[in-house]
Amino acid sequence: MNFITLDYLDIGLASLTIAVNAGLSIAMNLGLGQRLVISAGRMVAQLILIGLVLKALFSIASPFLTGAAIIIMILFAGREAMARQERRFRGWWSYGLGTGSMMAAGLIIMVFGLTTQISPDPWYDPRYAIPLMGMILGNTMNGVSIGLDRMISGMVERRASIEARLCLGEEAREAFRPVVRAALRAAFIPTINGMSAAGIVSLPGMMTGQILAGADPVEAVKYQIMIMFLIAGGTGIGSFVAIFFAQHRLTDARHRLRLDRLVST
Amino acid sequence: MLKIQNLRRQNHSPELTPLLSAASLEVADGSCITVTGSSGSGKSVFLRAIADLDPVAGQIFLDGTERNHIPAPLWRRRVAYVPAESGWWENRVGDHFSDPEQARSLTSLFDLSEDVFDWPIEQLSTGERQRLSLVRALVLNPRVLLLDEPTSGLDQGTSAKVERVLHERMNAGVSIVLVTHDASQRDRMASIHFGMAAGVLSRMEDHAP
Repeated sequence: MNFITLDYLDIGLASLTIAVNAGLSIAMNLGLGQRLVISAGRMVAQLILIGLVLKALFSIASPFLTGAAIIIMILFAGREAMARQERRFRGWWSYGLGTGSMMAAGLIIMVFGLTTQISPDPWYDPRYAIPLMGMILGNTMNGVSIGLDRMISGMVERRASIEARLCLGEEAREAFRPVVRAALRAAFIPTINGMSAAGIVSLPGMMTGQILAGADPVEAVKYQIMIMFLIAGGTGIGSFVAIFFAQHRLTDARHRLRLDRLVST
Repeated sequence: MLKIQNLRRQNHSPELTPLLSAASLEVADGSCITVTGSSGSGKSVFLRAIADLDPVAGQIFLDGTERNHIPAPLWRRRVAYVPAESGWWENRVGDHFSDPEQARSLTSLFDLSEDVFDWPIEQLSTGERQRLSLVRALVLNPRVLLLDEPTSGLDQGTSAKVERVLHERMNAGVSIVLVTHDASQRDRMASIHFGMAAGVLSRMEDHAP
């Protein structure tokens, strides 16, 4: 594959757009200039760092280091999913629920994709495993955090009607059903939208990257379709697991609505 | 008979005053006890505790059976709690009733329109919601009714009709725990009165007749 490499002057030129944005912010008194510059700086530092880490990981190609990198990615995704909740579970449940569901979904889908479809040699080759896991986790994290947020806020908002149903002798699962359904639907919608818009409204990043790197567009599209399926599967499994356990945690053996197990942030 | 022993609920931090401290009482079949107290004193906490909606310590027996030996959904059908603010989950009124036939006979007693079951929920007034949530509980034919200000939004005439139905239920052996602000209603409904202050339930002196 042949592609055009960038030198530092090219990157410097591109960064001028940030300067334009910062100028606009100052002119219109938006107060975003500083944040814009800081976040651009963070982006540069983080990406350079990850570039170096990936380069090292790829050249070593150790299953343990690759596994460790993937675990770290999952832990960060769990933290990010938790930080996005307005209300969350008390104690370790908050972090554990998001992280656990993403780990389950991410690992299942990654191993499935690597061993049966992409089949690199060895199957854990970090050049494939890490980007694949990154894409699965990014989307699963969206589904899980949207689903959990909708679930928890739905329970709080509909407390009166849920408890009314409990008082009429319904089991917690029945009384929770409208909220659970709404949460699952919300979790799936970004994936469904992403699939319907793919290729028309948006050119998916991975495919675009392969094309820029010189790949045949049809081959890149084939890859993208497989990734889309894996992403949809991962988001589905992750959201389902997270919402299932959240439902479990929001009630108890006496079919109560346990909002006391939540804290607002 | 409903027998409550040492029912208590801690505040979210144990150093704070408990939400409910060591409440004990008995409500005989066919009798009513009332609970009065300022808002925030723990009256609703008490009713919710009896309905098993919050985790609490202590024991409650219904006709000699401890409630943990009864599945929670069944317990709540036998010991029916009607909160001050009712909850609704379908669009149509009628979809909230397990037994529309029996409900229909009660709505006429409560001055509710005959076609109220076809109304959308948003169309209901506060008073209508209040009566319908009581009807919803009554069609379960519970052994015990836990009522939180059941007539606060009703005029005198309608309140009297609600009280008449409650008296009928009591004659049929139903026990009632009634939270009310209305002193005359308290005396009409019960001879045993309790006061609630800062989570402490205490028997009040009997009023002169």
